[in-house]
Amino acid sequence: MTTADALYTVNVTINGQPHEVKVPARRTLVDLLRYDLDMTGTKETCSVGVCGACTVLIDGEIAASCITLAVQADGANITTIEGVANGEALHPLQQSFIDHGGFQCGICTSGQIVAAKSLLDSNPSPTEDEVKEWMMGNLCRCTGYYQIMESILKASK
Amino acid sequence: MRDFIYHAPTTIDEALALLDEHGEDARPIAGGTAMVNLLKQNMVLADHLVGLGKLPGLRGVSQTNGSLHIGALSRHREVELSPEVLAHSPLLAEAYSKVATVRVRNMATVGGGLTHADPAQDPPPSLMVLDAHVVLTSSKGTRELPVSDLFVDYYESALEPGELLTELVVPQSPKGAKTVYLKFLPRTEDDYATVSVAALATVENGICQDIRVALGAVGPTPIRATAVEAALKGQQVTPDAVRAAADAVADQVDPLTDFRGSDDYKRDMAVVFTRRALEQVLLAS
Repeated sequence: MTTADALYTVNVTINGQPHEVKVPARRTLVDLLRYDLDMTGTKETCSVGVCGACTVLIDGEIAASCITLAVQADGANITTIEGVANGEALHPLQQSFIDHGGFQCGICTSGQIVAAKSLLDSNPSPTEDEVKEWMMGNLCRCTGYYQIMESILKASK
Repeated sequence: MRDFIYHAPTTIDEALALLDEHGEDARPIAGGTAMVNLLKQNMVLADHLVGLGKLPGLRGVSQTNGSLHIGALSRHREVELSPEVLAHSPLLAEAYSKVATVRVRNMATVGGGLTHADPAQDPPPSLMVLDAHVVLTSSKGTRELPVSDLFVDYYESALEPGELLTELVVPQSPKGAKTVYLKFLPRTEDDYATVSVAALATVENGICQDIRVALGAVGPTPIRATAVEAALKGQQVTPDAVRAAADAVADQVDPLTDFRGSDDYKRDMAVVFTRRALEQVLLAS
């Protein structure tokens, strides 16, 4: 009989690479990334799905990895900040965040860039209002919002 | 988070059998936006979690006999963006678009949101004025329940042990009906409502024919403002009549004092936002 401390096999594709991980049912996706796979680019901050720091793409859509159980993500295709650059070549959004001062302390930046990438992938020329509506779920406690907006708008077409 | 056993059934029958077997010790989980937070806070102490993510046939929007049928595993974002929902019941698309953020709407499911029974959620008041109902499925069969009867208390729905919410059904609105959803958000754009009001009305020759008003975040459950409706139905529509009817909501609400405002403040805002909603569906040309 299965017991509560049993381990579950989770198969996920992360940034194009398949991974098989054994985790307890209570493992969150962000902990699977950070502790089981040593992919620490994704940050956990509020832990309740509100701040956006832990944003990853699950099957192409932005999701909060801190309130997703790893077992729920079994079979999913996941993109993290580590999968945004093309090898050593930064994604235009990453370069734009550097050029326009889109981050200060950096804790929210992975989530900001993954969320913004998802927006630009589906809407390459968003208006300022569309960027605000999309990005309002990604908080920056350094309050660098003007620079974040500028970074995203300058990276759009 | 405590340890628990996770089940990933691949058929509805299998999921229902697991809920029967484990009773109060089991909780279903769909998108997880509510459930994982409750687990983290030890507010749910279930030993078994029944994951619904792999169940077939519960996701998507279709139409039968003029009614919208929305699968319980449809995401909030899918309802918000569905061309069928927009054409059939734009009020519903509007209400779902007001929930939290894009990220949360990508995750949260229609069934999970409704059964979570948080009285401040955005969709219920609109679903109530649209006379929507839900389909509840258990190993004994299915039953239908109006959304107006789905909420029992704070975070408590009318689902019996072993039941799953499998479908949301929204009938066609009366011809010529005007609808509105107002969400009072004095803090941040992604917040729950401090007070919310949905209204639907039809007016013929200056007489109010159909009037349905529902409020969220004003008590233990979303409510139909029956006193407001009774004051207007069959009456001549005038600014004075609208004002007097809106005042009647004050005695119907039972808000909690919290960081979004005192009970008195929320009662006042319930009147203000009910009046504004009525003005939009009854008086605006």
